[in-house]
Amino acid sequence: MTAAFAGNWTVALPGLLVAAAAMLVMLVDAGWPRAEQRGLATLGLLGLAAAAGAALWRWQVGGPTSGFMDALRGDRYALFFALLVCAGAGLTLLMSIEYVEEQGLAAGEYYALVLLSAAGMVFMAAASDLLVIFLALEIMSVAVYVLAGILRSDVRGNEAAVKYFLLGAFASAFLLYGIAFFYGATGSTRLGAIAQAVGRGGLTPTMLVGTALLLVGFGFKVALVPFHVWTPDVYEGAPTAVTAFMAVGVKAAGFAAFARVFAGALGAAAPSWTGLLWVGAALTMTVGNVTAVTQTNVKRMLAYSSIAHAGYALVGLVAGSPAGGSALLFYLVAYTAMNAGAFAVLLALGRRGEPHETLGDLAGVGFRQPLLGLAMTVFMLSLAGIPPTAGFVGKFYLFSAAVDAGYVGLAVIAVLNSLISVYYYAGVVVQLYMREAGRPAFPPVERPALAAAIGAAAILTVLFGVFPAGAMEVARAAFASLR
Amino acid sequence: MPLVTLMVFAPLAGAALLGLLPREPVAGTRRAALVFALVPLLLALGVLRAFRAGAADFQLVERVAWIPAWGIEYRVGVDGISLLLVLLTAFLTPVVVLASWGDIHRWDREFYASLLVLETGMLGAFVALDLFLFYVFWELMLVPMFLVIGIWGGQRRIYATLKFVLFTLAGSLLMLVAILYGAWQVQAQTGAMSFAYERFLALRLSPREQLWLFAAFALAFAIKVPVFPLHTWLPDAHTEAPTGGSVILAGILLKMGTYGFLRFAIPLFPEAARAAAPWLVGLAVIGILYGALVAAVQPDWKRLVAYSSVSHLGFVVLGLFAFEPTAAVGAVLQMLNHGLSTGALFLLVGMIYERRHTREIAAYGGLWAVVPRFAVCLLVAMLASVGLPGLNGFVGEFLILLGAFRTRPVATAWATSGVIFAALYLLWMYQRVAFGPVTHAENRRLADLGRRELAVLVPVLGLCVAIGLYPAPLLRVAQPSVERMLARLARPVAGVQVAAVGEGR
Repeated sequence: MTAAFAGNWTVALPGLLVAAAAMLVMLVDAGWPRAEQRGLATLGLLGLAAAAGAALWRWQVGGPTSGFMDALRGDRYALFFALLVCAGAGLTLLMSIEYVEEQGLAAGEYYALVLLSAAGMVFMAAASDLLVIFLALEIMSVAVYVLAGILRSDVRGNEAAVKYFLLGAFASAFLLYGIAFFYGATGSTRLGAIAQAVGRGGLTPTMLVGTALLLVGFGFKVALVPFHVWTPDVYEGAPTAVTAFMAVGVKAAGFAAFARVFAGALGAAAPSWTGLLWVGAALTMTVGNVTAVTQTNVKRMLAYSSIAHAGYALVGLVAGSPAGGSALLFYLVAYTAMNAGAFAVLLALGRRGEPHETLGDLAGVGFRQPLLGLAMTVFMLSLAGIPPTAGFVGKFYLFSAAVDAGYVGLAVIAVLNSLISVYYYAGVVVQLYMREAGRPAFPPVERPALAAAIGAAAILTVLFGVFPAGAMEVARAAFASLR
Repeated sequence: MPLVTLMVFAPLAGAALLGLLPREPVAGTRRAALVFALVPLLLALGVLRAFRAGAADFQLVERVAWIPAWGIEYRVGVDGISLLLVLLTAFLTPVVVLASWGDIHRWDREFYASLLVLETGMLGAFVALDLFLFYVFWELMLVPMFLVIGIWGGQRRIYATLKFVLFTLAGSLLMLVAILYGAWQVQAQTGAMSFAYERFLALRLSPREQLWLFAAFALAFAIKVPVFPLHTWLPDAHTEAPTGGSVILAGILLKMGTYGFLRFAIPLFPEAARAAAPWLVGLAVIGILYGALVAAVQPDWKRLVAYSSVSHLGFVVLGLFAFEPTAAVGAVLQMLNHGLSTGALFLLVGMIYERRHTREIAAYGGLWAVVPRFAVCLLVAMLASVGLPGLNGFVGEFLILLGAFRTRPVATAWATSGVIFAALYLLWMYQRVAFGPVTHAENRRLADLGRRELAVLVPVLGLCVAIGLYPAPLLRVAQPSVERMLARLARPVAGVQVAAVGEGR
């Protein structure tokens, strides 16, 4: 009894630590009204570090991989995402410190919401029960809805929050409906039980409907076409630090649950859904990239590009092989580093009430602020998939898995999409180095925390590009634990 | 001592050091850049010393496991073909650095750093013996060139540089898919995934597979060469690039394409290459004639030289796809020759542009009397490009035509007329620029070449003469490796006779 009890809590440990950090931040903020906002951020970072440490410890020593009657898993897959979410949330906190100060945001609320949302993400990746996935997804989402509108006087932010909330609630309903179908068909919401049922008799018509509904729900969270229409408005309207968090954290957690359900529980019936995902991946890449080409606002462009990247990542799921799954995981790592970095650079260019985020605002930055320009160049090259960056290795991995699984056509569509994407990512570099500034730039502000976030993201982007073997092995081990 | 690796990464280290140096004084930056560019040249000469001429195999092979999960190795080495191109690269880069002292007047540090990164990419692509590594270096070249054209180029530089990047990537991304397909085939056939060159050589592929893979590789290389009708990026990129960029582009980057054909597309997929040869030979001949005719009517001096590259590279492609040893050796030699003579022409155009700020041929005339040293250098470079006996261009073109005539007489006959066209447009250009009366008053006050400019040109032109008079050592280096590549074509089915093409350690 006690062993099982202790096992339950060790399985949940990383997520609990993140949640505890969120509570602590809230309490400290409430109990000590004079608490420094930097102190709160440090508290949050420490909490994330503790959670990451716990995940690493569990990765090293092993131990129980299932808890709470198999509603929650502590397998390497869950631990991998716990680490990834902690890294993403950590970068978000780091780039928010000066932002919260400059905007005069309520620091306690802001940090607590980020952490709470991160806790939801960690649990989402660990959940092995459709209802727990749903609960974790809501914990994550509700916090992000609030974060999107946290600049209360900002019209665009309000629009973003309302839009995200309404459409998000709608998508959650689809997800819940899909869960109901599965419960009806198998009598359980446990993924293990569903996997057994699917293994025995394949997808029954009821389950097929359920699968389609789940696909809508997950598709919304990771912004697959045609469930992507909210993305540009929400990404553009939300405060940039929150956008970064949405782009990396929400997407990673969405894919975590998506892949656990589809590649894990429904893996035996893969032939009945891969065709759909094939089309989804091709459409998502193409729509995302083609629309991004026409954007003049970099934030909006990155929103469309994040849609395209969801399409690339989906290629791994279509491939369905261990290589495909590991590629998906590795790609999410690369994506977290390069995308968080790109948004952080946008943060660095603006100041209170005057975001500098159009293409023209980037003009001449490369020579005015050489390090910032270099970092942005690294992120753009990586997003475009040009070596020696993590984005290149990630795409290489994904497309390689697709070719191996026999989806050469999809790989060709994907590389042609990469070509389209080079046009607009190179466009950013053109602005950085090859155009004269249009309107006067702000004198660079010292923002050490933000600079640290950008530097860390840039170093990781190059590091995983030049020496990817270690991270790839981790991704492989993580995906292998799913089966 | 890992000589090849040191040589490849020395420029990258130089670029990093350059970034640490203070921006002022500019003279210090320039000298440092020159020193950093001379280091790889010395190392390349060291590689030449250590190289055993007369052997076909890869030598000085260095290997380290890189991404074991995919069987990817960091593996480099040189054979006769890559050695010559490595030497060309290491030689032209310091020349370009020195030439750019007069041409680049802003962001010097960044410019030279870009050039050095570019050099690492080029050297790496020439020595890579793992297809993943090759691809990484291949793409690595793109970024600095993109910056060089886009930041330091002419009026339409942004259009030109984006066009260059998108064209190049369009081909190379499809090549990436082909490389991936090949690697998985290696796994299917040997049980372990690998991107190693000799594993790819040992692949057994159905004719259909060969054709698709060849098409993907050939497209990437044909864009780079460029083979007609994929050449449209070239005139823009060459014309808009700063002098140094044009020299590197014409001198080395275009050779990436022909090198790729010789190293990868032909030996890896010999049957497909044989099937495609008539088409490529045809396109090469069209390129030779088309390039020459278009060059003849260019009012812009630099554009004329750019189009002449299309024509000259056509000879190289003809030599490669004639599948005849003499022609292929000539093609390798011609890669070098074109790098030197066209490089010299671009340098000279750049030097006169620095003085007059126009590239209109009509704006010149009578330069022989005003700037005799310039006119003599131009004469040598121009004649080398024409292919006058005694200069390097002759040897290469002659060998190509001689060899190709045996296997492709009709195409060669047409190509030979390209030689005449080349003489026509280049001599006519020279006549309009150097002879006759001085028609523009501004030209009377032109300063002749200074000491730095002579230091740039004399080594290049000296090599043109030296190779023209005594090409035998170069031929001896290249011949065994070229013949080994072609030997794969002679065999009915590739793959079984792998032992013969194993690598030398």
